Amino acid sequence: MSDARIRDVVLETRGLTCGYDGGVVLEGINLRLARGEFVGLIGPNGSGKTTLLRGLTGVLRPLEGDVVLEGRSLRSYPRREVARRLAVVPQMAPAPFEFTVREIVQMGRTPHLGRLQGERAVDREAVRRALELTETAAFADRPATELSGGELQRVVIARGLAQESPIMLLDEPVAFLDINHQAQIFDLLARLNAEEGRSILCVSHDLNLASEYCERLVLLSGGRYVTDGPPEQVLTEERIQGVYGCRVVVDQGPGGHPRVTLLSERTQGHDAGTEADP
Amino acid sequence: MRRRPLLVFVALAALLVATMIASLSMGAAKIPPAQVGWEILSRLPGLSSLDPGLSQTQATIIFELRLPRTVLALLVGGALAVAGVVMQAFFQNPMAAPSIIGVSSGAALGATIAIMFGLQFYVMGLSAIPVVAFISALAVTALVYVLSRRGGRTPVGVLLLTGIAMGSMCSALASLLLVTGQDPQHLDLDRVVYWMLGSVAGRSWTHVQMILPYVVLAGAAIYLFGRDLNVLLLGDETAHYLGLDVERVKLLLLTFSSLLAAAAVAVSGVIGFVGLIVPHVMRIITGPDHRVLLPAAAIAGGVLLALADLVARTAAAPTEIPVGIITSVLGAPFFLYLLHRRREYGL
Repeated sequence: MSDARIRDVVLETRGLTCGYDGGVVLEGINLRLARGEFVGLIGPNGSGKTTLLRGLTGVLRPLEGDVVLEGRSLRSYPRREVARRLAVVPQMAPAPFEFTVREIVQMGRTPHLGRLQGERAVDREAVRRALELTETAAFADRPATELSGGELQRVVIARGLAQESPIMLLDEPVAFLDINHQAQIFDLLARLNAEEGRSILCVSHDLNLASEYCERLVLLSGGRYVTDGPPEQVLTEERIQGVYGCRVVVDQGPGGHPRVTLLSERTQGHDAGTEADP
Repeated sequence: MRRRPLLVFVALAALLVATMIASLSMGAAKIPPAQVGWEILSRLPGLSSLDPGLSQTQATIIFELRLPRTVLALLVGGALAVAGVVMQAFFQNPMAAPSIIGVSSGAALGATIAIMFGLQFYVMGLSAIPVVAFISALAVTALVYVLSRRGGRTPVGVLLLTGIAMGSMCSALASLLLVTGQDPQHLDLDRVVYWMLGSVAGRSWTHVQMILPYVVLAGAAIYLFGRDLNVLLLGDETAHYLGLDVERVKLLLLTFSSLLAAAAVAVSGVIGFVGLIVPHVMRIITGPDHRVLLPAAAIAGGVLLALADLVARTAAAPTEIPVGIITSVLGAPFFLYLLHRRREYGL
């Protein structure tokens, strides 16, 4: 939080309240993303993470409060201008039409191109790079309808990269990926963050991935802000047990970040047994 | 299956020329295709020295009867196919087409109202019939859209059923007007039949002039949205993230595609399935990129309807079959095949 005050704030919500058809899902959120920051957005299912992302991008209009992008209200920007500054990698919904992987990634260039303008060299280069970074180049000319869930997810990430915007918001980008690709994607995000200074806000339900990669975590619960700070402040046993309602042990992982281990009923029983009988 | 755009357009151009020559030479009076070709060339500037040796009657048959009818079929078929392409992207649903979701019937109701109440006025040289058909088509499209939205998506089943209900309602009202609006002594049911089944029989240059500006205008406007249509296929939310003002773009696309469907219906009645078959077949050949798909579908739709019309006027000569019967006989099995293949969309 203190860090965010010193660096420029690129994206900010001020008392943001959002919801669907009368029901309020998210209430009074104040969130700040500083330039070059890598923030994880965590919280149990239904805590409002995806809704916050929708509010931040203007898909949902705020019921109260405002979203500020680079110092100006989001509402004052034309959509194209927002898309040039801010790329979103949503959770994947399958496309009913057979675009190739390359065509889908090319669509990331939409906010940079005029109506009748063809792809320029700079656009082709952005697409080539995005395909390469996500290791999707190998199947670039296959229809997206033939891909596995994990491959498709990397394609959606590639499209977000091709957009080449300084801010990236990702909604569970590794939800369907196996661990090697989870690491690959998060390593990639970390590199983009460190080398190019992209500001990243990433929704994650995997607390250990968030802890390993993010410099700051924001914890939501029941549509409200709970706390934020470096992983070691946010990920404590009491807080996780309080918010998620399950028993965990938090110790230190090999990288020095907090490591959260879920305790099963069996382990808990065993645990209790040893305590009772020293 | 995807082919290079250049190859597709060369093939389509060849098909277009062949279709036109066949359409001009075949019929009650048979005129050899080569002579038709020469005759057309001789009308071009600088080539007037060519003399194909056609009689005055033959020339009249070609230029006053068959050519306007063929050109009209090309325009109507192209308009319906492009409207189908746009509606499929608009509804993010490969089963959408003007005749299926009730838009054509809506336009027919509007056109019937305009004709029966004598609203045959002209605004700045443009006929009012397509305009009234357009307003009514737009209202039906908007209503079908609103009624079949479920939580930000348009489920295919709800869309089709809503379209059937709206279409039946509009057809019934249009038929009612046609039946009751006529002199009971000389009830002309043929007119009702031809209107409801769709036909370009007996159409002249007047009808071509009537819809040409609307078709060209709406077609060109839609082409400007080629990239936006691609992005819309990824869903409203993703389109929003890629910088589209989704609601505004959808409103414009809805307007232009309804205008195309309405212009087609205003001169030919309800011709079914062209807007369904052509986008599908062309999408398989060109891929889903609208910047290629739209012009390809426009030509292919025109060719399909011109060929269907050729069959309609020659197959059972001297009886004219309404061309809508031909397209429906071809289209309905195709529609069933799509339903069978598209189980994954929840039908």
